[in-house]
Amino acid sequence: MKINFLLNGKETEIEIEPDRRVIDLLREECGLTGSKECCGAGECGACTILVDGESRLSCLMLAAQLEGREVITIEGLAKDGCFHVVQQAFVDYGAVQCGFCTPGMILAAVDLLRRNPTPSREQIREGISGNICRCTGYQKIVDAVYFASLALQGVN
Amino acid sequence: MLREPLTVGMNAPRADAFTKVTGKEQYAADYYPPNLLWCGVKRPSYAHALIRSIDISRAKEMPGVAAVLTHKDISGSNRLGILEKDQPVLAEDTVRHYGDSIALVLAESRYTLQQALELISVEYEPLPAVFDPEAAMLEDAPVLHPGRKHAFLETEAGVAWLEDDGALVIVASTQTPFRDRTEISHALGIPSCRIRVIAPYLGGGFGGKDGITVQAFLALAAQHSGGRPVKMWYSREESFLAGTKRHPAILKYSLGCDQEGILHALDCRIVMDTGAYASLGCEVLALAMEHAGGPYRIPHASIEGIAVYTNNPVAGAFRGFGAPQAHAAIEQVIDELARIAGFDPLEFRLKNAVSRGDTTPSGVTLTQSTGILACLETARDSAAWRERERWESLAPPFKKRGTGIAAINHGIGYGPVIPDNANAKIELTGEGRLIIYAGVSDMGQGNAATYLQIAGDILSQTLDNMELVLPDTAQTLPSGSSSASRTTFTFGNALIGAAQALRKRILERASLLFTYQFFEHVRAEDLGLVPGHVRHIPTGREIHLSFVSTTMDQSERTAANSYTCPVNRQKPPTGGSLRIHGYPHRVYSFGVNLVRLEADILTGEVTVCDFIAFTDAGRIINPELFDQQVHGGIAQGLGYTLFEDFLVSEGRILTGDFGAYILPTALDIPDIQSIAIPLQEEDGPYGMKGVGEITINGAFPAVANALARVCKTRISSGPLTAEKVLAAISRNEVGKNR
Ligand code: FES
Ligand code: FES
Repeated sequence: MKINFLLNGKETEIEIEPDRRVIDLLREECGLTGSKECCGAGECGACTILVDGESRLSCLMLAAQLEGREVITIEGLAKDGCFHVVQQAFVDYGAVQCGFCTPGMILAAVDLLRRNPTPSREQIREGISGNICRCTGYQKIVDAVYFASLALQGVN
Repeated sequence: MLREPLTVGMNAPRADAFTKVTGKEQYAADYYPPNLLWCGVKRPSYAHALIRSIDISRAKEMPGVAAVLTHKDISGSNRLGILEKDQPVLAEDTVRHYGDSIALVLAESRYTLQQALELISVEYEPLPAVFDPEAAMLEDAPVLHPGRKHAFLETEAGVAWLEDDGALVIVASTQTPFRDRTEISHALGIPSCRIRVIAPYLGGGFGGKDGITVQAFLALAAQHSGGRPVKMWYSREESFLAGTKRHPAILKYSLGCDQEGILHALDCRIVMDTGAYASLGCEVLALAMEHAGGPYRIPHASIEGIAVYTNNPVAGAFRGFGAPQAHAAIEQVIDELARIAGFDPLEFRLKNAVSRGDTTPSGVTLTQSTGILACLETARDSAAWRERERWESLAPPFKKRGTGIAAINHGIGYGPVIPDNANAKIELTGEGRLIIYAGVSDMGQGNAATYLQIAGDILSQTLDNMELVLPDTAQTLPSGSSSASRTTFTFGNALIGAAQALRKRILERASLLFTYQFFEHVRAEDLGLVPGHVRHIPTGREIHLSFVSTTMDQSERTAANSYTCPVNRQKPPTGGSLRIHGYPHRVYSFGVNLVRLEADILTGEVTVCDFIAFTDAGRIINPELFDQQVHGGIAQGLGYTLFEDFLVSEGRILTGDFGAYILPTALDIPDIQSIAIPLQEEDGPYGMKGVGEITINGAFPAVANALARVCKTRISSGPLTAEKVLAAISRNEVGKNR
């Protein structure tokens, strides 16, 4: 079937089997390999994307569910060559090691800050608890999200 | 930040972070060459069986299947293995564990691949299987350590293809690109010089990608794909099934001290289950034995180690490499002995800890920097330790609090026999940029970024003006594995020499160019490097590096340097072949971990409130990357201490995915306080020692020691789950008034 959706700001029409998983559509059809698959079962969060602004696990979504939606993947988060505040914070606060969890983690954090622009460290931990990171111990990720929230509030 | 030249000691940003936060970084799993075929492996239905017959005819005829291969299609030895070559690429007549491989299928899609794998029928003759290492029958209550899975987020992945001239190219998520080439050559009968292995950044490794995972399958597939590229990417379940794990271990200890609390005698036995193939089992056991007595002086020690083949999943390298198992045991035994003998656990350790020049229980005389006393003293003076009793007494209702410590050490590098060698190469391009050719993989620890920092420091360049070539057997030089806490230690030393040689050449050529400009002899000593330029310091005049580059040909623009670490030449009396397997080391990192935790007496649930890591891993090149290793190692340590249980029954994995194998989330790991005790180590580049593994050794015993205070008894097998904690608390509460 043909599906139409907005992908990282671009009108996109794709001919695809309706039961293909969104993670496969993104990685194999659209060449967007920033979304990672690490479990394929909704357990790790590495495949997180934003659908109409909300974080979704693309390994659990089928292509047909994207019809008419707005999708943002990690590749579409930076605007005009400028990092999103959360991306910049991940660089600045040392939140990236192997980086395989990073795209999903950043998008989960963006969604968290949309829902709660002033989270405490505990709320940040809660908010990213669906995303597994095997390298960092999470502390610097929590730092990054916390300082991103301050930056978004205009506090320096 | 990017405009400043990089210097050693600064928090230089990781170059890889920029491409990782945008999703642009291409990992091995992200390669999808056009027209690719997907490959997959048929796994056995028994843990140990003879193969009577393999029928591939139905799979082969299935539309969309390009090839089905068995051991008959292999022209080499069909044997993989790092030292012990005991693992077939594709099984011949026997399967030895559920993760063995019987046939390799190449198909148009992953869907077809799965169907074709199911169409392969194998006739088996089941054989009796061994699942318990013999010493599982020991009396007493030994410390039991179950296996653990690396659970790197990027499962084993890669692609391969044949070039027009027939040469094989493999892009894989591997810690060992150069060794892989040799292993593949041996197993498949392809000359090494016809194999190129490329290792992009890994999505985690932790030892689980030390050696061949998918590489040999890819190599074999590429030879039978009709010229098409091939791709393989394990599912999480397959990664658990076929990948290596941490060695399950049974540790039995006796330890004795005199009335003054001075340790005199240690007797211990370590039995490790290495599973169906050796992998690095002997090396892991050797390191466990080397660390069996911890960082103490114990003059009379008997340390026995046995690695046993079973039909369980294969165990291999995993961050810590045997030392975490050893420390889990010795550090609990030390605590128990201190308690029984009536000493404060920290003072007891201080009394017995090694100094430089002392000999460890495994017979190694410490000739290099030895910071364990400094770590212990700093821990003793910390508020968390001094005020522990008050803090424990303030436990909220239905909670009990405990404080625990562990003192740890970790050998750096390969040991005395296998040369711990790296070869660094650095190039000045025609445009005046610098390229660092890193022959050792970056599995996420940031060693590649550290190489930029070292080169930037020596050549006074900014991140903007430098780039990296990641391991590629066709471009970079052999530099060993990304393992053994050696990646920065060894390659860093090699790189210093290469960068200094290039610097000298640049300044010499620049002095000629300035001389032509000034019509006066300009000495190289009057010149300095600044970002992008060479400056004549007395006049402030600068020439661009691209101009300097015009005075050199390709060979002169490149500097290479080979470095081999000094080794420990002592030959303490040991049985067996410990030296070959890496014993003894020369340089050790040291540390003390201090934990404060709270256990819920109604549920047994443990909350780690504070974790302080005092670490002597030498001088620090990048404090932020240092802390990354500390945080990450401890988080993995806490994971295996409290949650992770790699359950295997009759050789079958019961916790085969992220649903069943519980990894710590952001809610489970506390903020960690990392306190460096940065002693200068003369062997290390800029005085550093490896920090990648020392960080994982202490969590288990520190938590176990804190819990022993809470439970008034010990839990003898990991992980220390809520159920076990609750049972231990209740055992002790029976018949007692609280
Ligand atoms: S890959 Fe989607 S949650 Fe793990
Ligand atoms: S940085 Fe490696 S998994 Fe998070």
